Amino acid sequence: MDMLASLLPAGAAVHAPALIVVVPLIAAAIAALMPRGPWAWGVTLVTAIVVAVLSLVLLGQVSTGGVISYAMGGWPPPWGIELRVDMLNVPLLLLVGIVGLLCVIYALPSVADEIGPRKEALFYSAFLVCFAGLLGVTITGDAFNVFVFLEISSISTYTIIAMGAAKDRRALTASYNYLVLGTIGATFFVIGVGFLYMATGTLNMADMAVILEANGHNRVTQAAFAFIVVGLGLKAAMFPLHVWLPNAYAFAPNFVTAFLASTATKVAFYALIRFVFSVFHPDVSFVSMSFTWLFAVVGVVAMMVASVQAVFQTDARRLLAYSSVAQVGYMMLGLGMGTAAGLSAGLLHLMNHALMKGALFMALGAFALNFGVRRVKDLAGLGQTMPASAMAFTVAGLSLVGVPLTVGFTSKWYLVTAALDRGWWWAVAALMISSLLALAYVARLLAAIWMETPPSHHGEIAKRRLAPWMVLAPMGILAVANVYFFFHADPLVGLARAAADAVMGGQ
Amino acid sequence: MLDILIERFNYIPIIILMMTGLYVIIATGNLVKRLVGLSLFQTSVFLLYITIGKVFGGQPPILVDSGHGEDAGHGAETAAHGAETAAGYGADAAHYAADTAHYAAEAVYSNPLPHVLILTAIVVGVATLAVGLALVVRIRESYGTIEDDALNAADYSLETGSSE
Repeated sequence: MDMLASLLPAGAAVHAPALIVVVPLIAAAIAALMPRGPWAWGVTLVTAIVVAVLSLVLLGQVSTGGVISYAMGGWPPPWGIELRVDMLNVPLLLLVGIVGLLCVIYALPSVADEIGPRKEALFYSAFLVCFAGLLGVTITGDAFNVFVFLEISSISTYTIIAMGAAKDRRALTASYNYLVLGTIGATFFVIGVGFLYMATGTLNMADMAVILEANGHNRVTQAAFAFIVVGLGLKAAMFPLHVWLPNAYAFAPNFVTAFLASTATKVAFYALIRFVFSVFHPDVSFVSMSFTWLFAVVGVVAMMVASVQAVFQTDARRLLAYSSVAQVGYMMLGLGMGTAAGLSAGLLHLMNHALMKGALFMALGAFALNFGVRRVKDLAGLGQTMPASAMAFTVAGLSLVGVPLTVGFTSKWYLVTAALDRGWWWAVAALMISSLLALAYVARLLAAIWMETPPSHHGEIAKRRLAPWMVLAPMGILAVANVYFFFHADPLVGLARAAADAVMGGQ
Repeated sequence: MLDILIERFNYIPIIILMMTGLYVIIATGNLVKRLVGLSLFQTSVFLLYITIGKVFGGQPPILVDSGHGEDAGHGAETAAHGAETAAGYGADAAHYAADTAHYAAEAVYSNPLPHVLILTAIVVGVATLAVGLALVVRIRESYGTIEDDALNAADYSLETGSSE
C-alpha cells in the first residue's frame, strides 16, 4: 500500500479523502459529453480505477496513522464540512471502490446490450454521480452532508433503474415507487437531523456526539433518533420498509442491479451504524432498547418472511432481491445484538453479502445477455450451455446458503457465535431456519440450471455460448473471492472487528 | 395546554402541511398528484428548518459595524470571521449569548445556517420532482395512463399473459 501511495502525485495522498468524491463527480460531467458509449465507459473505468486506488491508499493511511480528518475548503471541522475516515467507514470505501471497479468492467457488454446506443454516455454519467454519492455518504463527517450525498446517489439511482425500461417497462413504475418511498425516507432523515441540530447546534457528527453526551437526551433527541432510524432504514431496505427493493432490483439493467445490490443498501446500513453507535451512544437507554426490541426483532422477521417470499418467486432476479432483504435482516440482527462481536459479525456479513450478490446478479446478467432469460424456469439447462457462468452462480449461491468452504459460512458462524455470547438462543434458531429457507430458494435455481435439459428448438438442443470475458472475469473474481476469503478470513474479519472496535471503543 | 401550543405556534402549520402531504401521497392513485403530495411534505420540512433559525428580536444576519472606535479597528477581522461565527455558533444558546456579549448589542441576528441548508434541500427537492415528473411522462408514454390502479392492472395482465 505504501508502494501504491508512492506512485501517486504528491498532493493526491494528502487530498485523497476529497478526491475520492470529487473525481467521480467531475468524471460524470466528462462522461456526459462523450459522443459514444464506449468512450464514456472508458472514462468510467479510469475513474473506478482511481477510486479503487484511493480507497486502498486511505486504508493504508488509516491503518497506520489513525483517523483522518480532512477540512473541506480549509474550514476547520466543527464549522466547516469535515471528511472523516476511520476504521468504520474505510471498509465501506474499499467495498464500494473494488466492487464498483469490478461492476464497471462488467458493464461494457451488458450496458451495450440493454441501453440504447445514444443513451449510453448519459447512463454512465448518471452511474458516476451515483458512485460519487455513495462514496460521499460513506466519507463525510457532517450530518446534513449525509443527506445531500444520499439524495445525490438516490436521484441518479432512480434514473439508472428506469433505464431498464428498454427491456421491460415495469422498470418505470418500479423506479417511480422507489422515488416516492426513497424521498419520504430521505425527508424523514432530514427531519431527524433538524431535531439533532435543534438539540445540539452543530451538524458535525463527532461534535454532535460530544454535545449529546454532555447535555443528555430529551424528547427532541428521541424523536430525532426515531426519524433517523426510519429514514435510513428505508434506504437500507430494513424489513417493513423494503417494498421498493424487489421490483427495483428485478427490472433495473443487470449491471445496475449487480452494483446496487452490493453497495447501495450497504452504504445506507453504514450510515445507520454511524448514527446509532457514534452520534447516539449504545449505552443510552432508548438506544439500547431499540437494539433488542427493534433491530433484532425486525432482523429476525426479515430473515423469515423475506426468505419465504423468495422461495415463491418466478422471476430469478426478484427471488434474489427478496433474498437481499433477508440478508439485510442478518445484518440488522448483528447490529441489534449491541455488542462488538455482534456488530463485527453484521459488518462481516455486509462485506460477504456484497461478494455473493455481486457474483449472483452478474451471472444472471450473463444468462440474460446470452439467452435473454430472466424467469427461474427459463434457467433450465444453463449448466450445459453456459458452464462457466453457471459455476460462478453455483459457488456464490452456495455461499448465500452458508455452505462450509464459502464466506457465507464464515459470517453466519460469527453471527451464531455472537448470538450465543449474548445468550440469544432464539436468534440462533432463526439463523438456522432462515438458512434452510435460503437452501430452498437457491436449490430451486440450481436445480433448474443443472438438473434440467436445455431447451430445444426443432429437435436441436441450444448450443453452448461463452459469455464475453469482460463479463466472466469480474464474475469469476467475485466467485473465487467467495471461496478464497473462507480460507483466508483474516483480512475481512480483521476489518470488521476493527470497525466494530472503532465505534464501540472504550468499552 | 393552550400555552404549550402558543409557545410552539410555528410547528402547527408545519405539522398540518406535513400530514397533508403524507396523506396525499398515500390516498391518491394519480402519479402526478402523488408528486404534489411529496413536494408538500418536503416543503414542510424546509419550513421546519427555517423557523428554528429564527431568533426573537434578531435581525438579518448582516454584520453591523457599530461605529465605536474600538470596534472599527476590529472591522476587517470581524468581517473575516463573520460567516464563521454566524454559522458555527448558530442555534446554540450558550454560545449565542457569549457571541452577543462580545459584539455590539445590535448585532443580534437570526441564525443563517438553516437557510443555507434549506437552499441545498430545495435544490434536492427540485431535482427529485424533475426526475419524478420525467418518469411520469415515460410511464404515460408506455402505459397510456398515470393512474395507479390501471398501471397495476396492465402489469398484472402482462405477467399472466406472458407466462403462457
